[in-house]
Amino acid sequence: MTTTVYIPGDSAARAVGADRVAEAVAAEATRRGHDIQIVRNGSRGLYWLEPLVEAAVDGRRIGYGPLTPGDVPALFDAGFLSGSTHAKCVGSVEEIDFLKRQTRLTFARCGIIDPLSLADYEAHGGLAGLRIAAAMTPAEIVAAVTDSGLRGRGGAGFPAGIKWKTVLDAPGATKVIVCNADEGDSGTFADRMIMEGDPFVLIEGMAIAALATNATQGFIYIRSEYPHAITSMRRAIVRARAAGVLGQPLCDGGRAFDIEVRVGAGAYVCGEETSLLNSLEGKRGVVRAKPPLPAHHGFLGRPTVVNNVITLASVPIVLAKGAAFYRDFGMGRSRGTIPIQLAGNVRHGGLFETAFGITLGELIDEIGGGTLTGRPVRAVQVGGPLGAYFPRALFDTPFDYEAFAAKDGLIGHAGIVVFDDSVDMMAQARFAFEFCAIESCGKCTPCRIGAVRGAETIDRIAEGVEPEKQKALIADLCQTMKFGSLCALGGFTPYPVMSALKHFPGDFNVPKRLQAAE
Amino acid sequence: MANTDAEVASRVAEVLALFDGVEAPLLEILHAVQEAFGYIPDAAKPQIAEALNLSRAEVHGVVSFYHDFRSEPAGRHTLKICRAEACQAMGGEANVRRAQDVLGIEMGGTTPNGIATLEAVYCLGLCACAPAAMIDGRPVGRVDRDVLDTLLAEAQG
Repeated sequence: MTTTVYIPGDSAARAVGADRVAEAVAAEATRRGHDIQIVRNGSRGLYWLEPLVEAAVDGRRIGYGPLTPGDVPALFDAGFLSGSTHAKCVGSVEEIDFLKRQTRLTFARCGIIDPLSLADYEAHGGLAGLRIAAAMTPAEIVAAVTDSGLRGRGGAGFPAGIKWKTVLDAPGATKVIVCNADEGDSGTFADRMIMEGDPFVLIEGMAIAALATNATQGFIYIRSEYPHAITSMRRAIVRARAAGVLGQPLCDGGRAFDIEVRVGAGAYVCGEETSLLNSLEGKRGVVRAKPPLPAHHGFLGRPTVVNNVITLASVPIVLAKGAAFYRDFGMGRSRGTIPIQLAGNVRHGGLFETAFGITLGELIDEIGGGTLTGRPVRAVQVGGPLGAYFPRALFDTPFDYEAFAAKDGLIGHAGIVVFDDSVDMMAQARFAFEFCAIESCGKCTPCRIGAVRGAETIDRIAEGVEPEKQKALIADLCQTMKFGSLCALGGFTPYPVMSALKHFPGDFNVPKRLQAAE
Repeated sequence: MANTDAEVASRVAEVLALFDGVEAPLLEILHAVQEAFGYIPDAAKPQIAEALNLSRAEVHGVVSFYHDFRSEPAGRHTLKICRAEACQAMGGEANVRRAQDVLGIEMGGTTPNGIATLEAVYCLGLCACAPAAMIDGRPVGRVDRDVLDTLLAEAQG
């Protein structure tokens, strides 16, 4: 009898040796004459256990990890193909607390199925949403997405249904669906996991968006730092086309929709939707002033939906289970689930999808298990390099767009980077300016010049040049950047800077040593 | 190993032919040209510009905007070290310092023998397995001192 063994092909699993483990398992099985089939699944998102190998035994998946190739012979000796225990056995993977506590809607299949098997995808509920959508009018699909309360998961939190309606109502012969897969925020990897672990769900989400807006052209703009995601999406698109999901009308009188992958070229700012559109058009990735909105005047002037990977990948379940099912999760105006990414110095790092409303403290202390170094958690940065640093005093903040905004923070793309007590918050504030200076597109002055001046001003604090005056200068500069920048790069750089100053003032206390020259 | 203008012209023409009929193909073309030569040769720019009905300045402007596009070849191996926050939280900056010391070059530099190029990268999406690096396109996580030294040896090979 053939035993199925799952070994992730996810790039983070591969980065810690999954390919070598897979080779060792295949070689050992051959040597011993065991009949196995290796499936390179996505990651479950329990990254501290990667490489995590799972054996399918009596309808259960028994996990072993983190494994090295050297562990493999002993694993066979112990009889892992029949689910026997071994020092690295973690039991039934579904029963692991980190996974059991989640509500996996968007990530329902990630880590479970063979990512490139459309049959596997369908067997696990895939394409159900698209079939339902194909029997609806565009306006009905838009209404369902609006009613679900789904907001843009890229960071801006704009209601997806309203964006879609604008495109549906816009005049234009050709309409476009653009998936923003330029996931550049440090601490985030949810987009990458979906593209590598369940690429068909993104294709299905885009196909539904196309039905809802009468779009015929689709692009997935993937950052070049994600070579495996690029390969996986390209392969999935070829298979979806062969199966008729793409490239031909899905309903009577409908229009064919197809998707092309386009690769970024290492510019963080291209995650901003208007610079992404310029980049997609083959131009410098500079920000465009709004209006006109991309929904009216997007890719080559055509009405364009620009949505993040997770937003689009959440659409199939909204259609399959209904708007009310999705809307019933969450709190306040943050409806549904959010795939939170725990990263940096954290014991249990990985992907935790849950309904909005969980507190930061639960996430860091209970689910994340504190720091990996074992030292106290001092600060967490939520929402990427443009997100605020929160101290322990704010750990009662619930994960919710408005609750974070009320505390001068943002949830962004829902990445959380944990720092222990060795962190120097003045250095982190300086880095925020430095990063903004490196990645600024150069179009607007507050961002282009402000970032450079900000880093220089922090250097003067460090040198002890009239520190109090410099701090006032930084506050003033941040005010200018926040309200004077064209996009979130310059506009949000003040979040990490000002939160570091506000919550960790001691790190900026440098005795006055010098008088400023001017 | 410099390419003659004739070589550049004929290979760029092949690349351009691949994208005939593709909408807004400049970035894709530049990726393909860089794949072919390891960098974007100056001689390729007017040829690309003419094919796309752009000015040379526009093509040059695009090449210079993006971190990925090189104006000269990289070393035989390229080691990228992540300098973003999640990696900083796990000692990524110590890796940067050690790599610079061992290779004797700054970030963005190539060893004088043309073997190793060292570059900064801002996030590889391996943030739950920090600190991270990438060698010749292969992602590597949990880069402690031993792993880094293995990567540095590979980069110099």
